[in-house]
Amino acid sequence: MAKQKKQPAEHGFPNPPFTKEMKATHTILAPDIFPIHMLLISEIFGMYGYKFVVLHDSGKQVIQKGLEQLHNDMCYPAICTSGQQLYALASGEYDPNKVALIQFQTGGGCRASNYIWMLRKALHNMGMDQVPVLSLSFSKIEKSSGFRITKLMMMKGIVAVMYGDMLMLLKNQVKPYEANPGDTQKVVDHWVAELTDQFRRNRGLFGKAFRKNMQDIAADFHAVKRRNVKKTKVGIVGEIYVKYSPLGNNGLEEFLESQNCEFMVPGVLGFFQFMFDNQKTDRKLYGGTIRGAVVAKAGSALMRKVEKIFIETLRQYPDFVVPTPFSHICELGDRVIGRGVKMGEGWLLPAEIAELLEKGYENIICAQPFGCLPNHIVAKGTIRTLRNLYPNANICPVDYDAGASKVNQENRIKLMLALAQEAEKKQNDDQSEKRRASV
Amino acid sequence: MKRIGIDVGSTTIKCAVLDETGKLLHSSYERHRACIAPMMAAILREIAKKYPGETVSLAVSGSAGMGVANDLELPFVQEVYATRLAVLEKMPATDTVIELGGEDAKILFLGGSLEVRMNGTCAGGTGAFIDQMAELMSVTPEEMEKLAEQSEKLYTIASRCGVFAKSDIQPLLNQGAQKKDVAASIFYAVVNQTVAGLAQGREIAGNLLYLGGPLTFFPYLRTAFDNTLKTKGVCPENSLFFVAMGAALSPNAMVVNPETLAEKVECYQSKTAFAGCKPLFENPAEYEAFADRHQKDSRGIREITEPNGEMFLGIDAGSTTVKAVLCDREGNLFHPMYLPNSGNPIPLIRKYLSDLYAEFPNIQIAGSAVTGYGEAMIQNAFGVGCGVVETIAHYTAAAHFCPEVDFILDIGGQDIKCFRIRRGAIDSIFLNEACSSGCGSFLQTFAGVLGFTPEAFAKQALFAKSPVDLGSRCTVFMNSSVKQAQKDGATVADISAGLSVSVVKNALYKVIRCADPTHLGNHIVVQGGTFLNDAVLRAFEQEIGKDVLRPSVAGLMGAYGAALYAMEHDKGENRLIDAQGLKNFTHEVSAMTCNGCQNHCRLTVNKFSNGKRYVAGNRCEKPIKTEKSSERFDLYEYKYELLSTYRKNEIRHPGKKTVGLPMVLNFYELLPFWWTMFDTLGYNVAVSGESNHALYVKGQHTIPSDTVCYPAKLAHGHIEDLLEKKIDLLFYPGMSYNVEEGYGTNHYNCPVVAYYPSVIGANVKLPENVTFVNGFLSLADRRVFAKHFVRVMGEKGISVSLSEAKKAAKVAYTAYDEYMESVRQKGEEYLKIAKQKGMPIIVLSGRPYHIDPEINHGIDRLLCDLGAVVVTEDSVARKVQPFQTTVLNQWTYHSRLYSAAKYVADSNDPKLNLVQLVSFGCGVDAVTTDEVRAILECRGKLYTQIKIDEIANLGAVKIRLRSLFAVVENK
Repeated sequence: MAKQKKQPAEHGFPNPPFTKEMKATHTILAPDIFPIHMLLISEIFGMYGYKFVVLHDSGKQVIQKGLEQLHNDMCYPAICTSGQQLYALASGEYDPNKVALIQFQTGGGCRASNYIWMLRKALHNMGMDQVPVLSLSFSKIEKSSGFRITKLMMMKGIVAVMYGDMLMLLKNQVKPYEANPGDTQKVVDHWVAELTDQFRRNRGLFGKAFRKNMQDIAADFHAVKRRNVKKTKVGIVGEIYVKYSPLGNNGLEEFLESQNCEFMVPGVLGFFQFMFDNQKTDRKLYGGTIRGAVVAKAGSALMRKVEKIFIETLRQYPDFVVPTPFSHICELGDRVIGRGVKMGEGWLLPAEIAELLEKGYENIICAQPFGCLPNHIVAKGTIRTLRNLYPNANICPVDYDAGASKVNQENRIKLMLALAQEAEKKQNDDQSEKRRASV
Repeated sequence: MKRIGIDVGSTTIKCAVLDETGKLLHSSYERHRACIAPMMAAILREIAKKYPGETVSLAVSGSAGMGVANDLELPFVQEVYATRLAVLEKMPATDTVIELGGEDAKILFLGGSLEVRMNGTCAGGTGAFIDQMAELMSVTPEEMEKLAEQSEKLYTIASRCGVFAKSDIQPLLNQGAQKKDVAASIFYAVVNQTVAGLAQGREIAGNLLYLGGPLTFFPYLRTAFDNTLKTKGVCPENSLFFVAMGAALSPNAMVVNPETLAEKVECYQSKTAFAGCKPLFENPAEYEAFADRHQKDSRGIREITEPNGEMFLGIDAGSTTVKAVLCDREGNLFHPMYLPNSGNPIPLIRKYLSDLYAEFPNIQIAGSAVTGYGEAMIQNAFGVGCGVVETIAHYTAAAHFCPEVDFILDIGGQDIKCFRIRRGAIDSIFLNEACSSGCGSFLQTFAGVLGFTPEAFAKQALFAKSPVDLGSRCTVFMNSSVKQAQKDGATVADISAGLSVSVVKNALYKVIRCADPTHLGNHIVVQGGTFLNDAVLRAFEQEIGKDVLRPSVAGLMGAYGAALYAMEHDKGENRLIDAQGLKNFTHEVSAMTCNGCQNHCRLTVNKFSNGKRYVAGNRCEKPIKTEKSSERFDLYEYKYELLSTYRKNEIRHPGKKTVGLPMVLNFYELLPFWWTMFDTLGYNVAVSGESNHALYVKGQHTIPSDTVCYPAKLAHGHIEDLLEKKIDLLFYPGMSYNVEEGYGTNHYNCPVVAYYPSVIGANVKLPENVTFVNGFLSLADRRVFAKHFVRVMGEKGISVSLSEAKKAAKVAYTAYDEYMESVRQKGEEYLKIAKQKGMPIIVLSGRPYHIDPEINHGIDRLLCDLGAVVVTEDSVARKVQPFQTTVLNQWTYHSRLYSAAKYVADSNDPKLNLVQLVSFGCGVDAVTTDEVRAILECRGKLYTQIKIDEIANLGAVKIRLRSLFAVVENK
């Protein structure tokens, strides 16, 4: 048998806290999860005195780093997000004694809840035990003496996400049609700068100022000069990281742009509402604590208010798509799958597909990590039901993975687009026929 | 104007020339060997010659045509869409199209609502797969089809992916199964893969059309589809050219002059660059220095030309090659042989021995040993002294070559074996499970596809300017990556070098799972035929940043190790066949079915002239043991039998309704609960039958996600089985939460166990007279369960009173508790017996459903046959205090794994070990396996993981388990 002293006492490893002092000395590195939203979120952290950096490293080296340090059968978003952070650490650009990492988590029964644990293990393997790992999630906020998310800060963070949603939704609707390439991005850049400035001055966060900003944003996007061209409308749903992140989805948005498409990716707001709804549903189905339900109720109420502002703002512009109220999204979901399905994107995923179909986005890309467990259920598992409910639905599930080739992914999407174009042509022909008949 | 479509597939390029009316005037079909642009130019020139001076309308299609079309600004038609255009034009009455290509499989549903299915990231069961399998059997694909037509029986071959199927087929061949039967089974595997992977719940019916190369060239494949789908499909004229014709017919086609376009294509250089990595050698001088160093370092083993006193014979009957050597008392090597096994090693060994006896009539063979897949068969056939497990053979050889060795990496034809050596004993073993990417056969296959011999292909790699970065994943993914690189202009040299690098990366990051390759060891020995490839060797040294040792006989190390082993261990109980015996040697093979148990294994019986028999294909020792097997202590069997008492399906309440319970996933633990609950409420209970492959096939057409785990896929068969049982109610509740046992921080189910009822509801057609109760429930809180049960039943209009429910729940919880307690007590009893008898104990750890013999493939029995006592993770989990893990410990079933590991780790008993069963596709196990390993290894315990799937071959599993026991014995 092995000698006593050679055995490590435990298989565990240290998990250093983020101390008060670290707030001044340490840079917090975050993976780029929602491209526009993260710009604003990092500003909120900045306001509260944190050195917060969103990493933009991309490319094969990042993925390779993730593969080196994480179990290769771990989900692709883990490989991407941790890969980004570990790559940055290994690059030598940051002093490992002055860095902390942060992961955003949704919690729950999906294995994604394990990301920070995997990250800690990887740091241990890289001999960087001293690096604190922070977690930010809905269900549980890591409490370290130096890292405190106050309620106000949380609120501001949520507000930032809401602005991010609005910018993203409108950018996606305007950019494909812009007359002068770059005009739309200018509006985005302007508002990121403007909002950052407002946040610094503690402005634009609530009430009238919030509403006014939203209205101004919509007006600015509306003012972008657009051409009247026909684009194929594509809806993107899927796993929350992969559907937003170009690193995760091999530049899906760029590819769709090149294929003459306009795409709609539902915002993060819906996901927040979904999380709150789960707490309520859990209590209904299994009997949970009242406290959770109360928090969820308050959260839901707040989200409903924000949602109302979204709807009221966008209703003024007939050429913009008005967001669907969450209550209706719930109804749509109930027709497809039980509300108790809550892990990962849960019932929200098919509900969003239904929502997009209702809005005329009949071509759906369902972006999922290869082997994603909840997606066996809520994505591939529900397509049959959705097709029965919506015979025109043209749904294309695409798997993303370190080994999956871009050619295959794009080939599948091209098939979806070929069918889409055929359907469009048929629609046009039918319409002109009707017109002829009426003449 | 002529309309032309060019279809650039993954392996072939097809061209169709149509006249104005759409009639096919001319067509061509050729393999392109990745030279797409020149082939296309040649085709255009031919057209220009045939129709001089004419302009034509043209469009390109096919998976490998996208890049060329894009860059040359030619119209591109997605290939499935092209097929659809052609079918609508040529065969408009078609309802369903099945099209198999080189690397893709497609089903188009045209009747009713249009749906198109293509194979996803998993590309098993395609033309390339058939080619690979033919190569494996050393026949041409055409010969394989001829063989299949004479088949008499079918074997079950896993159809998920080519790699899996391969590891089923290889042992079948090695064990002497008839080629014709294997050939037929391969075609049926293709059918199963297509149906299971692509039908996704939609019935394949109506007018069926077969298109594409494989379905055109192999009538037997069409028959297999016809038989499986119980319909008769048609393979139309020009079935190879539907994609090309569709492209020609596409409204997007563009008018071009073939002559001018040909010139343009000839000058074509891909615009996008593929991702390249560092070249293996910067210049020839660097290569020479490398070659010299290895030349010098590799001389540890001396070869002699004459026998020297007592000689020892070692044979390594590997998966793709057969090796044999002799050595003398000093370990000098003599008379080596290294040959491809061509599916049957017996004649090769026979010839080797005959030649040996003829050349050296006075040779004195004092001992012999055999290792590898064919171990048992060779031992019986030739009276070889002893058998030795591969891992030990390889270690013996490496330690002889380099006594201070601390890490061995052996890459063979189909397997990768790595061992870390600590204090002169194997400390940890890594084997590739069910995935042969990164092995020799993988390089060989690609060499073949690109038209090279393996040696020439390897040479190409050495001076590649920019090896393609192909990542580290399975062969199927690799095919697509190679395709993409070719599109982007990678040369054969770049691809060959890139593949060598990916072999190494696969071994390092997938098999060994090492975080830091620079810390493997200080004295690394690499061996196995694949390392004879200098490109692989170099790539490995580059990746780990260290020089390694490669013995000059790298490919023979298994056989050499066996010879050394024989020197130590052959006690002379068997007599190796002599020259006379060889002359009279005969070998007969016959097939039969074992009826010893419900597995009904297909057996292959080998009879040899010495009167010995060798039976293969059995999952347990029953058919080969003549005397009554000794008593087994198998808690898996005990649990399964205990649950069987609830599966009698009696009518206990005549006239009352019958509820159906599917025996799937969590029901393997909760059956006592639900059975008692419904029985107490006055229902008759029907439980689905025992799992087997036929039951799986029954439900496979409704599986929506082909990458979900096998235990979940089986659910579809169980539901079909229940529906045949005249049930009124189908009860399968959704359960986010499991029971709370207090080991972890929460008590979740994994998403698949939690929500599979939703998948069933959405994808299985249930008859109207069956009510599906699939509401959400939790058993965790015993006080509120009854209330929620009433709600769930009420949601489907079935009223149950709360008081009745409460009463029934109380009885049901008792039944559940009793079941769990009996398992624990029996486990305790077995542990005691093991201690008394000094038997090794294996805590075979998985999930409750792993007790299903169709899921575990009899691994529990195998362990018992190897002399162990088998207990389960849940029987020992309670024996340790809750403790902190380094992962989020929030799933009930998985928490038990950690506790079981802790129990084993803390035991201090070298005879107590853990083996973890992992179902392929189980995402949660990406978390658990590393943690269980860490818990065990920090106390110096060996970690053994076995990945299981639909796959039914136990060969690799046996190696693992035997190695485990060999290591434990040595400790």
